[in-house]
Amino acid sequence: MKIILHVWRQRNADDKGGLVRYEVPNVSEHMSFLEMLDVLNEDLIAKNEDPVAFDHDCREGICGMCGCMVNGVAHGPLPGTTLCQLHMRHFKDGDELYLEPWRARAFPVIKDLVVNRGAFDRLIAAGGFISVSTGSAPDGNAILVPKTDSDRSMDAAACIGCGACVAMCPNASASLFMGAKIAHLGLLPQGQPERQQRVTAMVAQANAELFGSCTNIGECEAVCPKEIRLEVIARMNRDFVKASWTNRGE
Amino acid sequence: MPLDSKSPVGPIETRWDRHRFSLKLVNPANKRKHTIIVVGTGLAGGAGAATLAELGYNVKCFCFQDSPRRAHSIAAQGGINAAKNYHNDGDSVYRLFYDTVKGGDFRARESNVYRLSQISLNIIDQCVGQGVPFAREYSGYLDNRSFGGAQVSRTFYARGQTGQQLLLGAYQALERQIGAGRVQMFPRTEMLDLIVIDGRARGIVTRDLITGKIESHIADAVVLGTGGYGNVYYLSTNAKGSNATAIWRAHKRGALFANPCFTQIHPTCIPVSGEYQSKLTLMSESLRNDGRVWVPLKKGDKRAPNQIPPAERDYFLERKYPSFGNLVPRDVASRNAKQVCDEGRGVGETGLAVYLDFAEAIHRLGKPVIKERYGNLFDMYERITGEDPYQVPMRIFPAIHYTMGGLWVDYNLMSNIPGLYVAGEANFSDHGANRLGASALMQGLADGYFVLPNTINDYLASNKFPAADGSHAAVREAEANVTNISKKLLETKGTRSVDSYHRELGKLMWEYCGMGRTAEGLKTALSQIPGLREQFWRDVKVLGAGEELNQSLEKAGRVADFFELAELMCLDALERNESCGGHFREEYQTPEGEAQRDDENYSYAAAWEFRGVGVRPELHKEPLTFEYVHPAQRSYK
Repeated sequence: MKIILHVWRQRNADDKGGLVRYEVPNVSEHMSFLEMLDVLNEDLIAKNEDPVAFDHDCREGICGMCGCMVNGVAHGPLPGTTLCQLHMRHFKDGDELYLEPWRARAFPVIKDLVVNRGAFDRLIAAGGFISVSTGSAPDGNAILVPKTDSDRSMDAAACIGCGACVAMCPNASASLFMGAKIAHLGLLPQGQPERQQRVTAMVAQANAELFGSCTNIGECEAVCPKEIRLEVIARMNRDFVKASWTNRGE
Repeated sequence: MPLDSKSPVGPIETRWDRHRFSLKLVNPANKRKHTIIVVGTGLAGGAGAATLAELGYNVKCFCFQDSPRRAHSIAAQGGINAAKNYHNDGDSVYRLFYDTVKGGDFRARESNVYRLSQISLNIIDQCVGQGVPFAREYSGYLDNRSFGGAQVSRTFYARGQTGQQLLLGAYQALERQIGAGRVQMFPRTEMLDLIVIDGRARGIVTRDLITGKIESHIADAVVLGTGGYGNVYYLSTNAKGSNATAIWRAHKRGALFANPCFTQIHPTCIPVSGEYQSKLTLMSESLRNDGRVWVPLKKGDKRAPNQIPPAERDYFLERKYPSFGNLVPRDVASRNAKQVCDEGRGVGETGLAVYLDFAEAIHRLGKPVIKERYGNLFDMYERITGEDPYQVPMRIFPAIHYTMGGLWVDYNLMSNIPGLYVAGEANFSDHGANRLGASALMQGLADGYFVLPNTINDYLASNKFPAADGSHAAVREAEANVTNISKKLLETKGTRSVDSYHRELGKLMWEYCGMGRTAEGLKTALSQIPGLREQFWRDVKVLGAGEELNQSLEKAGRVADFFELAELMCLDALERNESCGGHFREEYQTPEGEAQRDDENYSYAAAWEFRGVGVRPELHKEPLTFEYVHPAQRSYK
């Protein structure tokens, strides 16, 4: 089949950028979306044109490096799927696709479809961890975790940090990302001692990074490739209110 | 060059404890005066950087991805081994040690493997402490499952995302140190050369992948945790960015490369679908716990799998290996799959696949149980192939997955260049000729959390580090080398893309240095690789400039190194006239088609010294002795 692409091309952070039209003939239904872009790039190189820069690494849907907007939807039309795991069998001959980078003030564009997601790392550095230096933990079975808690914690921990939630949110809020980490650690007994400190520090960092606030729209949940649930944001808000109340005056 | 493994002697149970006591310590107040460079942020590098910073060292940490959380350790699915014996099924530190030495086909150092087994206990504790959501029993205790190559249940897991969860644990520990200012993190920065001053590793030269800026970083020690080199084959289960450049350029600066031909083929990958294929996807071999592997009995049987009655199916692993059945180690499972496909009994469009069938397990346990155990793997399979494995058997085929070889290191994880440490898959140390399932995560974390932070003290405490800066001749020379490589690649302006050369090299390697190797095939590869390499340098087409984000230039540098490494792998495979583990030389097999080792002549680690591109490297041998686990032919029957 033939696919028509309109790809965001931007040389660097200072360039204004714009959409450029390309045709990719002979797309196989078994190709992944990124393999289709590989084919486009090989073709561009053959014509001495600069290939499209896009982030990708594992191509198994777990590293969280890939992703772009496909016709305005982060990671494209298939729910619960990263761009690298989206296959061309979900498209048809002649489809026109508009590819744009994640757009958020906290994620500046570096080149073409590549953005800087360093703000996510700084959110984790602010408090998304349990402070246990190597060697100080007790025996694994000394800490019992009810299976249901462990399962719910794992549901939240599945977040791959791709940034689709921020890109899709009209407010460019990082609430789903933060909520996922806060729920992952807050559902476990190991995460309790730092629970309040964690949420306070992460929310403060999100504000400093100029992520927007959550207004419960739910676009993030709809595009999350790991299907992280909105309830993690509710948990974060509850923890935040509790922490603000407990720590008042400090 | 004498290779001193610094392996302790005496009772194996106390070797690590006695060795640790003999190592010098660095006073806490002096630790912050030392800077350590860590390259790579996977389980080994990430855990190492975090732990060294916790101890008080200044750490500079580098990764080529946009965040330290992306390293390919993240893709490990199945689990991590530990000899906790929580299930009272006969496991022990000694049994894990025994299984690993035997599984490695008697080509690993006993001292290292024993230490790994001991440390496996601490790893689980540490990870639980960090909040890794391991699977639990209803009682709240940790759950385990069994895995290929073992008859006990010692594998801890977090659904099918164990690597992800362990890596996030290490990443969060690392971010905590970054936030505290004890680690300076350099994402999107690639190491392109090692700086050696007065015979000691003192720094690295890097390229900022956004601006293209070439920079030098000086330190008292350098740690490489940069992973394996499976992408030599182009198609592998590695991430697209996984590369050998850091270890290869260290090799060119004098670090010995050990056992390069020991590569592992993973039996349960999704088969290739076309020429455009960019990588292969692995599915955890935990699938073999409940899935049954089979092909039709008859050649060329094109019926749909559900049309083939049980009597006309060949469950070849269960037939040939009744006691281990579908759980035989990876190399055995892979070779048998290749064999039935070579016989013309392969399935699917290409005939290069075998079935992995869950029908019986679904019947026995019910769909919800199977979904609970393997749900995400089944979803992944369906996304890629468009087929529902709850309804039709999966099609699987072996693919390159892991490399046991790597830079040679002693018991302290230090290479032959003083001050250069190598951890995780990047070194050659613990898995011999074949790695058992769920042991890569164990080794990466053992090296990063527990081994390296202990052994590096001794080096720092025993040496003086004269100040060095960018004006030093060795630094300027390394920077010039890096600049020249980029310049040459950009100025070639040839006709073919980097990927087209990489694919061609990969095909050659898979054909002649893949699952089955022969002297004749290896000689063919050795005669073709140099020509292809020279053609690459004459004809490669890299567009754009060096002072910008240029993904073609990044790839070109890595592929240039793969060409040189490929030649060494073939040479090593040709030199080793025996079959062992993942290295299967077709000339050396038992009458039943199993690997035939030659302990008399090849019970050594082959450590190669670089002598120049296209010049035969020099082989150094580290003899291996087995005091505890006596070499025998591996039998899984």
